[in-house]
Amino acid sequence: MPATHADSVFPRLEPLLPSVQKPIQYVGGELNSTLKEWGDDETSPMVRWALMYPDAYEVGLPNQGVQILYEVLNERDWIVAERTYSVWPDMEQVMRDGDAQGPIPQFTVDNHRPVRAFDLFGVSFSTELGYTNLLTALDLAGIPLHAADRTEDDPIVLAGGHAAFNPEPIADFLDAAVLGDGEEIVLAISDVVREWKEEGRPGLSGRTPRDELLYRLAVSGSVYVPKFYDVDYLPDGRIKRVVPNTSGVPWRVHKHTLMDLDAWPYPRKPLVPLAETVHERFSVEIFRGCTRGCRFCQAGMITRPVRERSIETIGDMVENGIRKSGFEEVGLLSLSSADHTEIGEVAKGLADRYEGSNVSLSLPSTRVDAFNISLANEFSRNGRRSGLTFAPEGGSERMRKVINKMVTEEDLIRTVATAYSHGWRQVKLYFMCGLPTETDEDVLEIADLAKKVIAKGREVSGRNDIRCTVSIGGFVPKPHTPFQWAAQLDHETTDERLKKLRDNVRADKKFGRAIGFRYHDGRPGIIEGLLSRGDRRVGRIIEAVWRDGGRFDGWSEHFSYDRWVAGAETGLADTPVDLDWYTVREREHSEVLPWDHLDSGLDKDWLWEDWQDAIDPDPDSDVEVEDCRWTPCYDCGVCPQMDTEIQIGPTGRQLLPLSVV
Amino acid sequence: MREQPEQQAPPVQRLRIRYAKRGRLRFTSHRDFSRAFERAVFRARVPMAYSSGFNPHPRISYAGAAPTGSASEAEYLEIALAEQVDPVAVHAALDEALPDGLDVLEVVQSPGGSLSDRLEASTWRITLPGVPADVAASAVAAFLAADEVSVERMTKKGLRTFDCREAVVSLGSHATTGSGTECAILDLVLRHGTPSVRPDDVLAGLRAIGGLEVGSAPVHERLAQGPLDALTGTVGDPLAPDRDAV
Repeated sequence: MPATHADSVFPRLEPLLPSVQKPIQYVGGELNSTLKEWGDDETSPMVRWALMYPDAYEVGLPNQGVQILYEVLNERDWIVAERTYSVWPDMEQVMRDGDAQGPIPQFTVDNHRPVRAFDLFGVSFSTELGYTNLLTALDLAGIPLHAADRTEDDPIVLAGGHAAFNPEPIADFLDAAVLGDGEEIVLAISDVVREWKEEGRPGLSGRTPRDELLYRLAVSGSVYVPKFYDVDYLPDGRIKRVVPNTSGVPWRVHKHTLMDLDAWPYPRKPLVPLAETVHERFSVEIFRGCTRGCRFCQAGMITRPVRERSIETIGDMVENGIRKSGFEEVGLLSLSSADHTEIGEVAKGLADRYEGSNVSLSLPSTRVDAFNISLANEFSRNGRRSGLTFAPEGGSERMRKVINKMVTEEDLIRTVATAYSHGWRQVKLYFMCGLPTETDEDVLEIADLAKKVIAKGREVSGRNDIRCTVSIGGFVPKPHTPFQWAAQLDHETTDERLKKLRDNVRADKKFGRAIGFRYHDGRPGIIEGLLSRGDRRVGRIIEAVWRDGGRFDGWSEHFSYDRWVAGAETGLADTPVDLDWYTVREREHSEVLPWDHLDSGLDKDWLWEDWQDAIDPDPDSDVEVEDCRWTPCYDCGVCPQMDTEIQIGPTGRQLLPLSVV
Repeated sequence: MREQPEQQAPPVQRLRIRYAKRGRLRFTSHRDFSRAFERAVFRARVPMAYSSGFNPHPRISYAGAAPTGSASEAEYLEIALAEQVDPVAVHAALDEALPDGLDVLEVVQSPGGSLSDRLEASTWRITLPGVPADVAASAVAAFLAADEVSVERMTKKGLRTFDCREAVVSLGSHATTGSGTECAILDLVLRHGTPSVRPDDVLAGLRAIGGLEVGSAPVHERLAQGPLDALTGTVGDPLAPDRDAV
């Protein structure tokens, strides 16, 4: 890891920028960004991070995770953190063509330093569809794709984010991965790196200096280093076992859980880009974690327990955020925002504070619940009244029981009736297709539900311009959920079901035109499924796809299913498994899953029981998992395993009016 | 029934602002700038007047924005306010609220009338890295000797052909002073009009008539924008009448 070659490439880049689309995304200079000196390791060792969100700048810049880590790291005077994002294919070509000095390497947008010059290259994966973009960035950076080929001149390549709860498909390309909340672990890693540098970058017990550093990270129990684990396979292709190959390395690596969110009120200095991005607002995370127990939801499973921010911290963060950023729209983020114990007080307090200004508030991710309409009323007091979105997820009551999202049809109709009678004209409903045990009839019930929604809306509002948009996503089984054993629905059946649903809606003369229908074909979901539940052998597919030109797989205009099918055929040629084996195959209880050695805190037996309850065909054996925030613990295992506990209000406190300076 | 939006009160004061687009932020597009500026007025707590409607916007009018990729020392806009403010204080607050590279240069009170009507012409400096000064000079001479120089540009309505000579009030060239790589500089005064002729159109014209190859990296910088003095061919200060009016 050299401290040289860290000079800015901007003078080389600048003459080339006029030839690419939206050059502003590559120049940095965002409000509240931090520019630090590179420092000199001879006098006192610095720890330098290049942080990446592996998607285009317009998607990556607003990402809260990267912004928080960037700020937490840069608060230390011995750490430098800079950001980098995926470059679009036109820029990739320009960088490969380069100039008289050769190709231009992957660079950070802050000081335009080459990524390879940093000590650590941390990549945040919200979705598995960013994996090919990781390979592009490594290759442009001049870092060998395979961890095994890297030398002392390369950074430690580290993955985080939700997808890192099963990093096995990209294990060959990673030096390390971390699970869970990043705020504390990035500092702990930085400490290990600094200590190792202060000691003169030693390699002990026959290890290379690079392996020594990885070993120190691995034995801490907090960082997963794939190279210290061997995976053995059974003749039929299933995993036989995953075992440490180096003494001192733990059998299981645990996720990190940040307690006391009030002590970590980040971002304090929200980044404000010049380029247009997908989220033009300031967001405050009002709590982390969710214990609703929806069986399909990986986020809800891996972020437990629930930890709320207090009403006062939320108020302070909103005020600070809008003043520092200039955003006039504030989103209150979480996995189920209306579940905050004091959400009513928060909503009223904020609406009071910003009454008469143009500050608008929004509450994404709300449940189907009439209470949310009064919240939405509070939030639209000052500004616009946009559409309302509810996510029943399952079309039929039976499906909603399978997924443990117990919303009755009555609840939904009552909720939308309240919305339409309060002046909303547009309601959006979100569903999934391809859930375990689902039949055509379950999906067709989505149409019935939408029609009832329109009928009720017309009745209570007395108007005909009522609209309902039905949005449908394909279900993808995810690791660390009760559905991790489930067979994914093949894309042909998914497409057929959605076609039947669409035909049913369109054929309806009375309601059809009031119902909008949004869905995607089932094929990208199959690839997401492959990457979600894949093992180390899937890395060969990712590499084959990338070599064939695969980039930006989360973008429909770039995604190619055929390329992935071809990549799976070549990548898995010498194995007994194939694409279907990873996706549409149901797993048995005894099977070793690729992520079993990665501990999200959830008890595997509890997950299995919950899976069995979900698919139990007996309609009388309703086993509802309620929310442990207000009902007794249902023993998912997280709190005792992780030594954590639920942190919730109510605090009983209120937001006071702000005194204007 | 949906309520009609509240009507906003008319503005009580208007301010004219000159700002610069410098360094790497020359790649800011006009849309990027306007978003950044709207956030800056909010951060700076400038008491903006808002438009009426369901989706009120702060009242900001832009005049003659430079193309994306051009640096500028002379961009202008006007804001409408709901309260009387001190232009000096607004200057300081706005400069603080904008990122470095988007810099407020002057704020004056508007006595009314149209600012954009005063922006008749611009002075540009075009830096051509790697181009020998004598090569540039001979192309300039050929250009100035012509009555008409046709160039093409791809617009939203398709490929258009137009004359880029008529809009050129003056054009000169010289070499950079100092050491380093060879580099020609063009000094250009361009009259605004229809069709709008941009500095890169003039470069296309120099190539068409004088065979000037400028490579991919010419840097355009607008030095001034304002009324055109017909006698001297120079560009004046568009805010001078406002400064005098106070």
